Amino acid sequence: MSDDGLIHLASVSAGYGRTTVLHDVTLSIDATAFTGIVGPSGAGKTTLLRVLLGLIEPSSGTRTTAPGLRVAYVPQLETVDWKFPVTVFECVLMARTEHRFWPWPSAQERKAVAAVLERLGIGDLADRHIRELSGGQQQRMFLARALLREPQVLLLDEPTSGVDINTRHDVLHLLGDLHDDGMGIVLTTHDLNGMATHLPHLVCVNGHIVAEGAPRDVIVPRVLEETFGARLEVLQHLGMPIVVDTSHPMREPIER
Amino acid sequence: METLIEPLGFAFFQKGLIVATLSGALLGFVGVYIVLRGMSYIGHGLSHAIFGGYAAMQLFAAQFYVLGAGLWGIASAIAITSVARRGRVGADAAIGVITTASFALGVALFSKFGSSGPSFDNALFGSILGITNSQIIWLVVVMIFAGLVVLLRYRELLFTTFDPDVAQASGIKVARVEALLMIVLALSILVTLTVIGVTLVAAMLVIPAVIARMLTDSFGRMLAISTVVGLACGLVGMYLSYYAGVPSGTMIVLVGAVAFLVVFGVTGIRGRERAAGIDDHTGPRATISA
Repeated sequence: MSDDGLIHLASVSAGYGRTTVLHDVTLSIDATAFTGIVGPSGAGKTTLLRVLLGLIEPSSGTRTTAPGLRVAYVPQLETVDWKFPVTVFECVLMARTEHRFWPWPSAQERKAVAAVLERLGIGDLADRHIRELSGGQQQRMFLARALLREPQVLLLDEPTSGVDINTRHDVLHLLGDLHDDGMGIVLTTHDLNGMATHLPHLVCVNGHIVAEGAPRDVIVPRVLEETFGARLEVLQHLGMPIVVDTSHPMREPIER
Repeated sequence: METLIEPLGFAFFQKGLIVATLSGALLGFVGVYIVLRGMSYIGHGLSHAIFGGYAAMQLFAAQFYVLGAGLWGIASAIAITSVARRGRVGADAAIGVITTASFALGVALFSKFGSSGPSFDNALFGSILGITNSQIIWLVVVMIFAGLVVLLRYRELLFTTFDPDVAQASGIKVARVEALLMIVLALSILVTLTVIGVTLVAAMLVIPAVIARMLTDSFGRMLAISTVVGLACGLVGMYLSYYAGVPSGTMIVLVGAVAFLVVFGVTGIRGRERAAGIDDHTGPRATISA
């Protein structure tokens, strides 16, 4: 393995068709990464994630990966057809792409799926159809599928959108545990206060990388204004930055 | 009992029954992937495209018409996928242009030069007349091929059907799996075309799969049920077509449609919930995304 990390982007530009969404991005992800990609809608967060995953070829620049790299991907919940006829068990098992001659799971595979579902607290839902799960349970199921691959790097697209506050905490803690176990974590989020400020490392994106570093270094008004195109104020609370939108003040409470 | 045995006295009916039953099973089996991927219009288009190839080949080398039509079908399938993938034209529009043009060419050639094989009506609506042993062998070969593809690529096919992006990120060569499925589809249409008919093949790709979807939430069971439903439609439809004196394809599809209505009624809200939005071409997921 080179010093460049598990996934390395060098001066990468990428987009869809003739539209370039990301310009000149240089970024390294290694096994110690715990990185949040933040930015407004349309800033290229998901595009950056897809380039890291190798789902989009850079239009210029290069993407290099460590030999034999194993990644896992947790997509946004909305991108999936929840009416598709699979049970939770069948969905998680998809992660084991290679099978013996017979497609049905081996005893060892059954055990592995049961164990990972148990770890995520949805062990009793294995035989449910995926439509019957709540948003938080769907997110855990996708995490289970990703973990079954035993990846070196886990990439997640907006893992806390569409889930309740408790699930958000659980997901953050789980990702923290995985990071402690030596798994690289990269996620996109537009949630500055609920998610981004809790991560050790942030990449602020708005068509290009505006800033990269620890929250205390990048959650500052200058970077936020360039990233979000809006004036945001930063307060400190118990040593953590809290972002307040002062350019769009909340209206007075509506009186009944 | 007499009604079941009597037609079996005719060799043409025996062959017709075998081909219709196996065709129903094959289309039911493959149809699960087609319907869940929202590809039924491709199935519809491909059968029309293959008709063009079939008519054209008859002019030059009638003995190779199966091969020619097959290559034509696969070429059309690849053309559709590549036009749609570049994102300039929507998948449905690409299918509309490529396959309808091919069909029109076939009709023109048929009208001008006639056919050394089945008549125009028989080609469109299905016929059991003139089924050769080699046709039956081809059908069995394609069934074995389709079965092996699904057996050996089961999880890859399922993963790419459910969630192509994550499948690709998990190391599956999605484009290769999709190409393989298109080849299976083109071959399946090719070998079932004569008995079901050009215009009716697509219905047999859709009906058994949708019926199966209403009956189960499990992918594996859906595959099994759809195959059995397709098989039964072929079998029952063939007998009815004999007694009603109408083209085989029309009766097979009508049996399927009646079965659909019965299951639709019996499974009630639960079945409708399961099948809701299946193979929907009105929403944002309707085009093949790059």
